[in-house]
Amino acid sequence: MRGDMVLRVIVKLLIPFILLFALYVQFHGDFGPGGGFQAGTIFAAALALYTMIFGLENMRRIVPDRLVEAMIAAGVLLFLGVGIAGLLLGGNFLDYFVLDRDPVAGQHRGIFWVELGVAITVFGVMLKLFCLFAARNLGQE
Amino acid sequence: MMVTVIVLARTRKLFSVVVLFGLYSFLMATVMVALDAVDVAMTEAAVGAGISTLLMLGALHLCRRKEALPSHEPWLPLTVTVVTGMVLIYGTWDLPAFSDPAAAIHQHVAPRYLQDGPRETGIPNMVTAVLASYRGFDTLGETTVVFTAGIGVIALFRRRRPAAPDAARDAAREEA
Repeated sequence: MRGDMVLRVIVKLLIPFILLFALYVQFHGDFGPGGGFQAGTIFAAALALYTMIFGLENMRRIVPDRLVEAMIAAGVLLFLGVGIAGLLLGGNFLDYFVLDRDPVAGQHRGIFWVELGVAITVFGVMLKLFCLFAARNLGQE
Repeated sequence: MMVTVIVLARTRKLFSVVVLFGLYSFLMATVMVALDAVDVAMTEAAVGAGISTLLMLGALHLCRRKEALPSHEPWLPLTVTVVTGMVLIYGTWDLPAFSDPAAAIHQHVAPRYLQDGPRETGIPNMVTAVLASYRGFDTLGETTVVFTAGIGVIALFRRRRPAAPDAARDAAREEA
């Protein structure tokens, strides 16, 4: 499949749009449908598509295994961090009102970081699962 | 959707099962859109039809292409399924009618979210507001579940495998 010119060109054209759509879903989640979970999945799907056409080695060069594994944990930690930030600023755990002087802006800030945490973890897990299957199919690991 | 399900149940080719599951997920996503649950529809399309089809195909590559024939008659499982289905249908008789505003679920916290949500959080998408803010703790739990599932699979794949099952698997693949 790697020699197929049509696939390579089409995928190269498509991937930027998929990534852009993932970012749109992530940051427009406040206004339209979407959010961290969906965005993380779409982002991982874009990289999975890249892997299918250009191979696992090239994908690993873009996103190293260690980074993906770190992201799995980093997302949860970011979420927890937002919760603890609320505690430190004098509110309850996961209380966003205290994150800014203006409570509504605080909510915005809290939700933004929380959604980012969800997206990072979901992206990491989805991509890692795909990589594990792909590596095993190739007989690596 | 009915056709998809019937073909799904009848076919023994695992490849078509996987593809049909993806198709079913897409149809399910359209049902969600029809029910005005666009967030759920998006998740269903991205996860159900996209990533899980991909992962299933990856798993399929590791095993046989055909479903094994059942070793016994399906009467007992069939009876259990039919009885459970009938009990569930009986249970739906007591549910309030679809989109009934007087239903218990619309009387508890939902009116407060709808009235105060946009003012308190400044976020027009109610789903995001409830998910990330009012039910933040719940979402934290869900993220932790995804995290745990992920590291569980990593742990399973990373363990050292004895050489024998590997050779057997390769032989099985060549057979198929």
